[in-house]
Amino acid sequence: MNGPAVEADGLRKAFGQVTALDGLSLAVPAGSVLGLLGPNGSGKTTTVSILSTALRPDAGRASVLGLDVVADAARVRQVIGLAGQFAAVDPNLTGRENLRLIGRLSRVGRERARVRTDELLEEFGLSAAAGRLVRTYSGGMRRRLDVAAALLHRPPVLFLDEPTTGLDPESRFALWDAVRALSRTGTTVLLTTQYLEEADALADQIIIIAAGRVADTGTPAELKSRVGTVVFHLGFDGPAAADAARAALACAGYQTSRDGADIAVRSAAGSGALTGALRALEGRAPDPVSVAVREPTLDDVFLSLTSGRQAA
Amino acid sequence: MSTIAVTPAPDAASRVTAAFTGAAAALSDTADVAWRNLRTLFRTPQALIFATIQPVIFVLLFRYAFGGAIHVPGTDYVDFLMPGIFAQTVAFGAIGTAVGLSADLRTGILIRFRTLPMAPIAVLGGRTLADLARNLLVVAVMAGVGFAAGFRSPNGAGGLLAALGLVVAFGYALSWGFAVLGLRVSDPEAAQAAGVPVMFLLVFTSAAFVPASAMPGWLQAFGTHQPVNALVSAERALTIGGPAAHDVLICLAWSGGMLLVFALLAARAYARMGR
Repeated sequence: MNGPAVEADGLRKAFGQVTALDGLSLAVPAGSVLGLLGPNGSGKTTTVSILSTALRPDAGRASVLGLDVVADAARVRQVIGLAGQFAAVDPNLTGRENLRLIGRLSRVGRERARVRTDELLEEFGLSAAAGRLVRTYSGGMRRRLDVAAALLHRPPVLFLDEPTTGLDPESRFALWDAVRALSRTGTTVLLTTQYLEEADALADQIIIIAAGRVADTGTPAELKSRVGTVVFHLGFDGPAAADAARAALACAGYQTSRDGADIAVRSAAGSGALTGALRALEGRAPDPVSVAVREPTLDDVFLSLTSGRQAA
Repeated sequence: MSTIAVTPAPDAASRVTAAFTGAAAALSDTADVAWRNLRTLFRTPQALIFATIQPVIFVLLFRYAFGGAIHVPGTDYVDFLMPGIFAQTVAFGAIGTAVGLSADLRTGILIRFRTLPMAPIAVLGGRTLADLARNLLVVAVMAGVGFAAGFRSPNGAGGLLAALGLVVAFGYALSWGFAVLGLRVSDPEAAQAAGVPVMFLLVFTSAAFVPASAMPGWLQAFGTHQPVNALVSAERALTIGGPAAHDVLICLAWSGGMLLVFALLAARAYARMGR
């Protein structure tokens, strides 16, 4: 198969007055992992819901392996697996019962459902808990079962909606390993996340969405270098001292802004640039009375992206 | 690149076979979903217990507390009462269909079902089938309670079984109506709150507990022309005796009509869920 395994073009979806998707387009190359990164309410879940045939778009079109998600919904369902915050497992069934049920409903056949269930329970470390009701599972176990449930019919395309939100680090790393293993076997994965770190760890390509649109796209390395701006906050003994310091820093080539007696210094070179900035002040301005370093957060990314759009 | 299994579109020659395989697969999916719903029901038995306790209390209240004051000419009050109790049991039981579906909607299990290659109708078919099985159980329990309270079904076992058959069929048709409600509200409490008043109105304006002749004329006009009353009348004709064909036909017409209309509405509501 050539070209993208998953493709969306100009997707729009509104719930009443609220616009969830505002012309979103994306493409996931076959066999790759795409990370859809965005804050709550940015449209990640809506995107996955449309691509997995649970929701219909108001406008635009999308396809999975060349099959239209609206016109060919029944055949799309044969080739996708879905796990995530909004697609649940049944708390009143055991882990084994859940997987067998979903296996049978995925039309793999009764016997095959039985075999795949045992394989997946083993693979996801749930064999010992297989006979327990899911309502007694921990959050991590439930999430692993959820991912296993998406894999019963060995779908070539997998959608994971915030698979690790709310999980402890150990469970999170276990899920990451599972995703990497699937990717190695050629599964195309689209995963949504709120964490830059997670997208960085798993994705070949990242799309950042905000307010239902693509705000930025690139490889993890590209995005990090673009948004990896560290901010130093230097406090001075008054506006005059701050102005002197600002002039000295500007001479040395630093980007600065002043707020009262505080100066913010931006640096793309990481926290290591702090020493250089302090050296630039020596003999030219009073020493700062306070120093704080703020690493970039995802909020900064969205802020910089949205303000960038307004300026353009 | 992994192999991709996509079912090819059927050609004309294999269309009949495909239709049969499709129907068989849809039935199998329905059975699987029904199995899951029954499992869930018995693992959270509170709903089942409350669905049984309410009619049991009504039997006790009406048989022993109010029954002495209600005079029904020509028959023991308990024989008059029990058909009303059976109708009440399935009428209120049908609300469970709405509660179950809206709970599945809220937890997200319905979303998973929607993205599986199963037959879409199995979600509703499996839910109503499980509720049919639950009704069979609860109605059997109520019959036992009735016998303990002196109910004797004067017209014999055949009449009683036919009456209970009508009750369960009526409950099944009504379940589809509540399936429509359940798909519209994603909150089990709201589904419950919306369903109870409707059923209260239908059960208590019918002749389920007191003869309709005791009601004022305007209420009688409504009370005797609604489905729950049709069911109660047909049951009484079958269990107490007398000409039954007319009442039974009216009851079957109500059940059949409700099933047709509600099933169409429910299927449409399910298909439109993602819009």
